[in-house]
Amino acid sequence: MKSSAEIVIIGAGISGLATAYNLAVRGMKDIVVIEKGYITSGSTGRCGAGVRQQWGTEMNCRLSKASCEILENLEEILDYKRSIEFKQGGYLLFATTEKEVEQFEKNVTLQNSLGINSSMLSIDEALEIVPDMNTEGVMAFAFHQKDGHANPFHTTFAYAEAARRLGVEINTYTTVTGIKVENGRIESVITDKGEIKTHRILNAAGGFAKDIGRMVGVELPLKPERHEILVTEPVEPILGPMLMSFSWNFYIQQEPNGTFIMGYGEPNNPESQKIDSSWHFAQEMARKAIGVYPPLSRVRVVRQWAGLYMMTPDSQPIYGSIPGVDGFYIAAGFSGHGFMFGPITGVLMAEYILGEEPEIPINMLDVGRFERGELIYEPSVV
Amino acid sequence: MEEKTVVCRCEDITVEEIEELIDLGYDEIEEIKRITRCSMGPCQGRTCRNLLIQVVASKTGKKIDELHIPTYRPPAKNIKMTALAGGDEDEK
Ligand SMILES: Cc1cc2nc3c(=O)[nH]c(=O)nc-3n(C[C@H](O)[C@H](O)[C@H](O)COP(=O)(O)OP(=O)(O)OC[C@H]3O[C@@H](n4cnc5c(N)ncnc54)[C@H](O)[C@@H]3O)c2cc1C
Repeated sequence: MKSSAEIVIIGAGISGLATAYNLAVRGMKDIVVIEKGYITSGSTGRCGAGVRQQWGTEMNCRLSKASCEILENLEEILDYKRSIEFKQGGYLLFATTEKEVEQFEKNVTLQNSLGINSSMLSIDEALEIVPDMNTEGVMAFAFHQKDGHANPFHTTFAYAEAARRLGVEINTYTTVTGIKVENGRIESVITDKGEIKTHRILNAAGGFAKDIGRMVGVELPLKPERHEILVTEPVEPILGPMLMSFSWNFYIQQEPNGTFIMGYGEPNNPESQKIDSSWHFAQEMARKAIGVYPPLSRVRVVRQWAGLYMMTPDSQPIYGSIPGVDGFYIAAGFSGHGFMFGPITGVLMAEYILGEEPEIPINMLDVGRFERGELIYEPSVV
Repeated sequence: MEEKTVVCRCEDITVEEIEELIDLGYDEIEEIKRITRCSMGPCQGRTCRNLLIQVVASKTGKKIDELHIPTYRPPAKNIKMTALAGGDEDEK
C-alpha cells in the first residue's frame, strides 16, 4: 500500500471507482482506493441495478440521461472485454390515483423537454407490451423504452480494471479507521494496514458515509436504511420492461438471464446498518408480485438478501465538499438510486475535485442545501 | 487440441479463465465469483468451491489461510411464489 497519495477514495463501489477512473483518465496520479471488503461488497453488489430516466426533477432527469448514455457505450469507453449486460427493456410505471396520473403527465412533459422520449400509455397500450399483467386499479402508465438494467458487478469491475490500468491502487480488505485533520485541512487517512499521507479524501462509503463524516467531526444529514430484495429461478424471457409503482410500492424486473428480481420499500423504515433478511418481506413481496403479474405465481424464489439505502432528507445525493474541512469531498446519500447515477457521479466528481466546471452543475446538490432550506423534492421514488 | 480443465461445471468456467482474471488484477475469490458466476450456479459451490480456492492460491502464490474465503451459502430457498404469498408466519 502506498504511504502517500494525491487522493484517497474511501469505498470501492460504483461511486468510488467511477470517480477514481475519471480522475485518472484526466491525468491525476497517485490515486488510492480503500475498501473494507471486496469490490462491490457494499450496496452496489446488493442492488436491483435498475436504470431509469423517468424522473420528476430536471436535475435527476439530466443526471440519469447522461449516465444512461455512458452505460450504452461503457464497454468501449473502458475497453472492457466482457459485457455489462445493459438491457434497455423500458420501465413501465403504474399510475393508480388521479394525483399520480397528473404527476406522471407533468413528469413526461419535463422529460420530453430534456430529450427523454417517455410517454403516457393507456391500459390497452400497456397490455400490448406486457399482455399478462393485471391492470385492475391502474388508471394509466408512463413508459420509456431506454430505461432498463445493467449487471452491477460487471459495470463496477469495468471501472476497476480501467482504473488499475491507469495506475490506480485499489486496496481491498482494508478499513479506514480514522482521518487526521490539522488546522482544518486533511493530513492523512488511517487504516488498519497503515497510514496514508494525503490532503484529499473522497467519502464514497455508501451506507457508511455518515461514519466517515464523523471521523472529521461532521454530522452529515444521512440515514442508512435496510432494503430487501429477492431473486427467482431463471425462466424463459416473458417480461420486457421493469414494472414499478410508487403508490403501490414495488419494482419487478426480469434480468437478461431469465431470473426476476423484485423489491419494495418498507414504510417508516428505521435507521439501521443491518442487512439481514426477513420472512415478512418475502411474503409481502410475493403477494404484491402475484397481484400485478400473475405468471409469477408458478416461479420459485431462490434467494433473498438486503442492502443499505443511504437516505438524505430530500432523497437526492450529496455531491461536493464539506465547508470547514479542506480537502474532504463527498459523493453519497443516493437514496436508493446510486447505481444508475454512478457513471455520471464519476465524471462530475472528478471535474469538481480537479477544479473544473462540472458538465452538469452540481452546486445545488451540496451539503449546504439542507441548512439553507433549499431541498429538492423528487416526487418519484420507491 | 489443448486440454481445458473445468473448475465450475454449472457455469462452464476453466482454470485458464480464472488465471486470466488473476493476471488482470483480480486476486479475491469474492470478485472472481461475481465476474464468472463460478460457484454461484445450481450447485452453489458444492463441487467447485474448493477447486476455485486452490487455483487462486497456486496462481497468486498465497497460502490458503491468507485468502478471504467466502462463507458457504446453502441454496437457501426454493419456494413457489404462490406458496410464499399464502405462506404461514411460522414457516422458516
Ligand atoms: C435492495 C437494493 C436495491 C437497489 N436498487 C437500485 C436500483 O435498482 N437502481 C439504482 O440505481 N440503485 C439501486 N440501489 C441503490 C444502490 O445500490 C446504491 O445507491 C449504490 O450502489 C451506491 O454506490 P456507492 O458506490 O456510493 O456505495 P457502495 O456500493 O455501498 O460502496 C461503498 C463502499 O465503501 C466501503 N466502506 C464503507 N466504510 C468503509 C471504511 N471505513 N473503510 C473502507 N471501506 C469502507 C463499503 O464496504 C462499500 O463497499 C439499491 C440498493 C439496495 C440496497
